[in-house]
Amino acid sequence: MSAASSPIIDTQVFGELQNNTGADFVIELVDTFLDEAPQLLAQMRSARAAADADSFRRAAHSLKSNGNTFGALAFAAQARSLELAVLAQVEEGALAALEEAFGQAAARLRELCHG
Amino acid sequence: MAEAFHAAQILLVEDNRVNRLLLARQVEQLGHVVRSVDDGLQALTTLRSQPFDLMLLDIEMPGMNGFQVLEQLSTEPELRELPVIVTSGLDGLANVVRCIELGAEDYLHKPVNPVLLRARIAASFEKKRLRDQQRELVRRFATSAVAQDVQRSGFALGGHLVPASVLFCDIRGFTTLAEALPPEEVIELLNTYYTLMFDAIGSHGGVVNQIIGDGLMAIFGAPLPLEGHAKCAVRAGLEMVEMAAQFSVDQRAAGGPEIRIGVGIASGEVVAGYTGTQDRATYTCVGDTVNRAARLEACTKEAQRAVLIDGATREHLGAGFEVEALGAMQLKGKTQSVEVFAVA
Repeated sequence: MSAASSPIIDTQVFGELQNNTGADFVIELVDTFLDEAPQLLAQMRSARAAADADSFRRAAHSLKSNGNTFGALAFAAQARSLELAVLAQVEEGALAALEEAFGQAAARLRELCHG
Repeated sequence: MAEAFHAAQILLVEDNRVNRLLLARQVEQLGHVVRSVDDGLQALTTLRSQPFDLMLLDIEMPGMNGFQVLEQLSTEPELRELPVIVTSGLDGLANVVRCIELGAEDYLHKPVNPVLLRARIAASFEKKRLRDQQRELVRRFATSAVAQDVQRSGFALGGHLVPASVLFCDIRGFTTLAEALPPEEVIELLNTYYTLMFDAIGSHGGVVNQIIGDGLMAIFGAPLPLEGHAKCAVRAGLEMVEMAAQFSVDQRAAGGPEIRIGVGIASGEVVAGYTGTQDRATYTCVGDTVNRAARLEACTKEAQRAVLIDGATREHLGAGFEVEALGAMQLKGKTQSVEVFAVA
């Protein structure tokens, strides 16, 4: 699963979302995602620190689901592998990588929405 | 389709804001009315305070999750029959199976495909409307003197002879088709198929009263009388064949499996009424007419015709239909041969 080999945002998925729900609505949706995702990423960090597997899994699950919605497929795939992972075996580096992937997806989504 | 659109009142339960906004938008675009809540407990409180036609339910939620909501619903008589469509991004068939076992009507993977969402909401909503209609009739029966009389005898809650047309429909070669496809695609195919067939039947005044696998039975003329029931049934049958053909064209273009259906229609008196126990009643039609329609449907493959009707249906049809006499046929399980006609 290398993020470099596939686009950060699959524009076909993103375009379909715009077609189905309207471009203005998608801007609102992206803003909500950009607002909420950092909280979910923070939830994953604190859940890892507190060894709260449920909370960790739920946050990863939400991020995966949202990533797939916007066509952020590499980000979603990383979130999915953390959703399915055994928490005790999750390394800090995996969280940092997910945060980095989010940063890239967020930047690309802003471009797509606001040109 | 000629049938008027009915907006459904839908409760959306979803903890993730992005998913909640998106699903609400998709449902509103279909013309339905949405109320959103973000966890299981709120969902139950809301359901107890106002009526809904359908619930879209997420599984992964803090506090009370979707599985627990489904479990709780099954214990509450008032809410037990609310159709629930689970929308989830959870991996694995086991989760789908668990939802269905807990009483969910359907399962949609996230991100939710808008076309599937429309088809499943329509199918669930239609089934609920039929159930509500039946319940209303039971209620009426239950208050009448007839019902009291019947209640003493236990079973037949007001069975009576009514003139009607009965229609059977089946997908040809469905078992072979089902074996060649992954289970999710089989369900998806069936759902689309039912949506189309329900539409055709409902728009001609018929009522679907049984679904068995890929087959269904519809009645024209009961529970409510229907003028020209034979004509209505035949028109519905022709429209169903036409819709299946249209659907197959789309499927072919998309590289999916095509479907062909067979339709059998018979007219005459049927014994119609509510059967069951005090707790659970269902509207049933039985009798020779019903058997004949089923046998005719079974003959469509051999006869190589999509729609077969009996002599009584033929008599009521009048002009305006292309009818071909196939002569007397010996139907399975019948001692006397029956005059069979094909309509196209």
